[in-house]
Amino acid sequence: MKSAVIVFPASNCDRDAADALAKITGRDPLMVWHEETTLPPVDFVVIPGGFSYGDYLRSGAIAARSPIVQDIVRKAGNGLPVAGFCNGFQILTESGLLPGALMRNKGLRFVCRPQKLKIINKTSMFTKAYKDQTEITVPIAHFDGNYFADGETLNRLKKNGQIVFKYDGNPNGSVNDIAGICNEAGNVLGMMPHPERAVDPMHGGTDGIPFFKSVLESLR
Amino acid sequence: MSSKVKITPQIVAEHGLSESEYELICERLGRTPNINELGIFSVMWSEHCSYKSSRRHLGKLLTKGERVIQGPGENAGVIDIDDGDVIIFKMESHNHPSYIEPYQGAATGVGGIMRDVFTMGARPIANLNALRFGEPDHPKTKTLVAGVVHGIGGYGNCVGVPTVGGETNFDKGYNGNILVNAMCVGHARADKVFYSAAKGVGNPIFYVGSKTGRDGIHGATMASAEFDDDSDEKRPTVQVGDPFTEKLLIEACLELMATDVIIAIQDMGAAGLTSSAIEMADKGGVGVHMNLDKVPQRERNMTPYEMMLSESQERMLMVLKPGQEHIAIEIFEKWDLDVAEVGKTTDTGRLVLTHKKKKVCDIPIAPLADDAPNLDRPFTAPAKREILAHDPMFDPVERGSSYNSVLEALLTSPDICSKRWIWEQYDRTVLSDTVDSSQSGGDAAIVRVHGTNKAVAITTDCTPRYCLADPFEGGKQAVAETWRNLTCVGAEPIAITDCLNFGNPERPEIMGQFVYAINGMNEACRALDYPVVSGNVSLYNETNGQAIPPTPAIGGVGLIKDLQKFKSITGAKEGDTLILIGASQGWIGASLFAQIILGFGRDGKPVYAPPPVDLDAEKANGDYVRRLIRDRRVNAVHDLSDGGLAIAAVEMAFANKMGFSLDAQNDLPNYAWLFGEDQGRYLIAVEKYSVNPVISTAHSKGIPAQKIGTVGGAKLIAAGGFDISLNDAHMKYENWLPDYMAS
Repeated sequence: MKSAVIVFPASNCDRDAADALAKITGRDPLMVWHEETTLPPVDFVVIPGGFSYGDYLRSGAIAARSPIVQDIVRKAGNGLPVAGFCNGFQILTESGLLPGALMRNKGLRFVCRPQKLKIINKTSMFTKAYKDQTEITVPIAHFDGNYFADGETLNRLKKNGQIVFKYDGNPNGSVNDIAGICNEAGNVLGMMPHPERAVDPMHGGTDGIPFFKSVLESLR
Repeated sequence: MSSKVKITPQIVAEHGLSESEYELICERLGRTPNINELGIFSVMWSEHCSYKSSRRHLGKLLTKGERVIQGPGENAGVIDIDDGDVIIFKMESHNHPSYIEPYQGAATGVGGIMRDVFTMGARPIANLNALRFGEPDHPKTKTLVAGVVHGIGGYGNCVGVPTVGGETNFDKGYNGNILVNAMCVGHARADKVFYSAAKGVGNPIFYVGSKTGRDGIHGATMASAEFDDDSDEKRPTVQVGDPFTEKLLIEACLELMATDVIIAIQDMGAAGLTSSAIEMADKGGVGVHMNLDKVPQRERNMTPYEMMLSESQERMLMVLKPGQEHIAIEIFEKWDLDVAEVGKTTDTGRLVLTHKKKKVCDIPIAPLADDAPNLDRPFTAPAKREILAHDPMFDPVERGSSYNSVLEALLTSPDICSKRWIWEQYDRTVLSDTVDSSQSGGDAAIVRVHGTNKAVAITTDCTPRYCLADPFEGGKQAVAETWRNLTCVGAEPIAITDCLNFGNPERPEIMGQFVYAINGMNEACRALDYPVVSGNVSLYNETNGQAIPPTPAIGGVGLIKDLQKFKSITGAKEGDTLILIGASQGWIGASLFAQIILGFGRDGKPVYAPPPVDLDAEKANGDYVRRLIRDRRVNAVHDLSDGGLAIAAVEMAFANKMGFSLDAQNDLPNYAWLFGEDQGRYLIAVEKYSVNPVISTAHSKGIPAQKIGTVGGAKLIAAGGFDISLNDAHMKYENWLPDYMAS
């Protein structure tokens, strides 16, 4: 599997994402600079966490309008698998690839902790390798993770199995405890937690490994 | 301020210069300075930049060691951690700005210390912070806590460097002058360390980073003055941070450092362009000629005075190899940062500045830097304190209370309670190398060297109530406690950085605190072979004549050579035996028990001598604990500090979510046994089969070791003392700070 990690000037989880991809797919991902206008030919794209262009405006708002994200939007529409973690999730909602919005945490504070998640959709291309595991622990670290969507959208998400992860113990006020969602076609996923920080027993545990394995298996 | 301003005694005084200092300037110049020159002298000779009150005392400290590559005098200290890897680190204060504007003050403190570290070629891999606030009931405290924590997180989280540890105290002594000490630790390859000496003549000087604005003008002078009730008016002297630009600057500098074009590099910290240019020139033994028209400016019509004294953040100055400039320009433009050639190195030994084709400054560099005033301020020895003897009336039961209530009171005291409310606001896991952080409640943070099986252990420590009672013993204890905390995780302690926060050095009793604290620190450094490699002095921490408690915050760094063999406060198993390493006399003087429960040191009740550190025992005990960890003889380790054995055992219980039962003992009164704060002690949890060998080996080396209890169950039990539910106690411990912040 060939993968790419998008690098904005203030991405700060780009190395974490690249290391996780290299470890699990066995191949170093391509690091794609934000000024590029075209994605190289890859099978999977990660938009990593961080602060893209500083996020002094709404988180992810400027990044969503960058040239490279325009190309991601086009190719995702044609089925290219894309995952956005944290700031990547914010960019995906801002770009319209995923519905809803991420608001400031309910407690008005940044929150970093190991977070229990429930896997709601166990058949998605991002979760199928979890097999019998229904609950995982993955680090979170964000200020704007309070997911919101209107009732109609939420119903649609639920009906289509687009709610992939929910928090067990809501850390940020997200509606219906939503931690991660995918698009209707199932090839674009955004989540606030960081599976790329959970691929090493020495660091944040290993519950992120099946996430990347799922993508790998789905593309095989 | 126009260059034509006439220099009057009032203007000299407004620059914080004494009459004699002004006369010295005139003497060195052979004429009266113009306003630009006066401004430059004033910041360079400020306490903050010149260390004029502290220099002669700092010179006594141990600064050399087998692993020391660079000691004090550069942007940060550099130590060798084998395999061609080095660690670069420093701690610095941002106290005054944080009191005036907590968010920006704390944020720029974090930004500044990171620049000190990446200026030398290191990628920052961990931040820590040592915070001291006023008493919780003080009307400003809550706002300051919220603002400072938000500022530290706002900056560090954005830049993407994990904030992995630190400490927080609350004390009336900081009501009018909080302390915000930020530490940064970076990693570099030994052959890629960069220094600030501007060598060679005719080499281009480049300015990179943010544009220069009118913010922070005279920040260094502010940091060298006492506060009064009008301090809020100084808000415009506080700088504004931009972590996004810092992130760009880190990446751009590291990218440029991977090439071979930099001769010297220096960040623009306190006193901005002035001090960076002068320090580089002075260390390299060259002169500097700069054309200020070339300085990237954020605002129009900036004067030379403003440009030279601005403390706008996220800026660097570098001397490049001639003919290689295009490489630097290309990299900085890629990262959308300003880059401009602002001058050249010269052979004149002078700082010459031109602005709009006119010479606006021409002064010799030597008197500005090396030759700055070096004062021998008078000092008085701190008062000797009496030793607090045991007294049956100290027993909680005799006092009509109970051990359960005493334990609860300590667990919900501001200094001991969980600081989760603070550290949950810091990204601790970015970069994916945080092996242990504040989260575990352990003694030191552990951060892996990326891509290797080794790690650095990092901690910050100081016990201000000991330092106030006895600056010498307090200084010694602060150094020893960092050494102990690094030992607790199995690290080899290597070196420290110090951030020395004191009051007004012009008062002999404050100067005495400073001198004695340094002497105490030095004694510990020498006994433990544990040198100081970097640091910072912050004086004039006073408001309306009320000085802070002497606070020499120490940041310690150690090496874990093999990550398969570290230990922490977690890892204890049901049925493990608890062993206490080190001697217990039940020292109650200056303990938290004495302060909180008995009320000593408050409401006119006297302060008693703090526990002395026996450095020989400290070394022997620590070396033994490290050996036990290496030989995999222990499951969990925790040092004994605030609150003594009881609090150490309870913290270990919280970290392992497992209770304990402490055996009865008859050597000491129960309160002294449980809450005494004798130094150099460790609580370890070992498997049953290891108990005899661990204790007998200790005894064969003359190290006190005794079996004191067992791990397990859902209760915290001390025979003849407390008996309390683990969950209830934990809830109270966790809830104090969030409840306070929400109240």
